[in-house]
Amino acid sequence: MFELIDVKYQEVVDIPHLYITKGQTVLLGASGSGKTTVLKLLNKMISPTQGRILFCGNDLKQLPSVDHRRNVMMLSQNPIMFEGNIRDNLTIAFKFQERVIPGDEELYKILGKVQLEKGLDTPVNLLSGGEKQRLALGRIFLLDPSVYLLDEPSSSLDQDTEDKIIKMVSEHIKKANKSAVMITHSKSVAEKYGDEIIEMAQGKILYRRLRDECNK
Amino acid sequence: MNAINDLSIWQVMLAYVFVLVVLAITSIRGIGREKEILISSVRMTIQLVLTGYVLVYVFANPSPLLTALIIVLMECFAIYTVFNRFKGRLSKKLKITIALSMLVGTLACLLYFLFIVVRIDPWYDPQYFIPIAGMMVGNSMTGIALGVKSLIDGMSIQRNLVEEALILGATPQFAMTSIVNNTFEAAIMPTINSMLGMGIIFLPGMMTGQILSGTSPATAVNYQIAIMLGIMGSVAITVILMLQLGYRSFFNEEDQLV
Ligand SMILES: Nc1ncnc2c1ncn2[C@@H]1O[C@H](COP(=O)(O)OP(=O)(O)OP(=O)(O)O)[C@@H](O)[C@H]1O
Ligand SMILES: [Mg+2]
Repeated sequence: MFELIDVKYQEVVDIPHLYITKGQTVLLGASGSGKTTVLKLLNKMISPTQGRILFCGNDLKQLPSVDHRRNVMMLSQNPIMFEGNIRDNLTIAFKFQERVIPGDEELYKILGKVQLEKGLDTPVNLLSGGEKQRLALGRIFLLDPSVYLLDEPSSSLDQDTEDKIIKMVSEHIKKANKSAVMITHSKSVAEKYGDEIIEMAQGKILYRRLRDECNK
Repeated sequence: MNAINDLSIWQVMLAYVFVLVVLAITSIRGIGREKEILISSVRMTIQLVLTGYVLVYVFANPSPLLTALIIVLMECFAIYTVFNRFKGRLSKKLKITIALSMLVGTLACLLYFLFIVVRIDPWYDPQYFIPIAGMMVGNSMTGIALGVKSLIDGMSIQRNLVEEALILGATPQFAMTSIVNNTFEAAIMPTINSMLGMGIIFLPGMMTGQILSGTSPATAVNYQIAIMLGIMGSVAITVILMLQLGYRSFFNEEDQLV
């Protein structure tokens, strides 16, 4: 799906060659190893200072950035909330993309999916860090892009909620035949859900392997 | 007509008593802005005296070339002043945008005002051209400086909101909507406020000057109304141009934040 050829981003990332297949990819690596930078490269929030990135055979340079970001959508590591309530934050991206805004019923359905039991009129500044994280995840799931780039979607969640959320994500991706590249610090999440596991260290790819089926 | 009460150089000197008083107060209270107060007072005096001489000459020898030259100088000085105020904080793209919007915005409004509203004759009459250009360029300069400040500040405070909007698939233009709207408001507000207070809270400088030099208040009022509308138009158009072109200076061709 993605192919990185001789890619460098400043002094931060240096990847001679990497192939990311369709399905669920998990990206591991120590803090500061360049994981977030790679995700940003994949959805064209930044461009490589050297080399090429192909998406389904097309050079990212040739793809219009805004269209690409709508298709390959990123959940930021620290999602930013916009002013207003939960409804505003779920629907704002539909305004950005000039799409028809979904009704409350659909919004509540997505809140249920991300385990957020709150009214749509709740002001977002009342939400906890983990609740904001789930709201941001819901925001992206509502938009339903074809590729999800998830930067530590469960970093501020407890073990139980993390399991539920990641399971939901994984099931959705499989059922809807989508793809995801997910950054996580949890080896167990990686082993459980990553069809493909990539570990980075100091801006380089340490290894790329398929899931060890025996662990299942 | 009233006899005009000429102000002699000695009488002007007496007005400097204001400066002495302010200097005395600031130095006693230890506020410590004496240097700036003195420099600005002296600079203002020298600038106006020189301008006076230039205007006397230009009015006595009206020519299209001279009028054009003065307008160009005014524009250059205004643009330079804005650049100088934001030393080191303006990208090259933003500088070009500021210069272009100042020139196009003020000149378009100035020419409309002089040729269609006032209908001056000859078309280069410096007695109209220069003071009206001065007011339009001066106010637009203030407007654009406020606008640039609000744009840069908005960008540094709300950068993560803009970035999140891009991530969520917004075009740069859409991502900048709230900053752009706030900027326009910040830039145009002083002009709007001065229109609201006009005639009640204060008499504007131009009208006061005209009345003091013998023009009937009725004529002065008509001019003042027209010029206020002209100034508002010029400020608004200049700032809108700056914003329409300027918001892009924070993005590259690939719609990424720079
Ligand atoms: N634009 C940039 N210019 C220079 N250095 C950068 C830039 N962006 C990120 N870096 C640096 O690159 C390194 C990798 O950053 P990145 O955010 O990709 O790490 P990460 O693997 O996501 O870490 P974490 O797990 O802590 O989120 C860091 O040292 C960071 O300071
Ligand atoms: Mg990161």
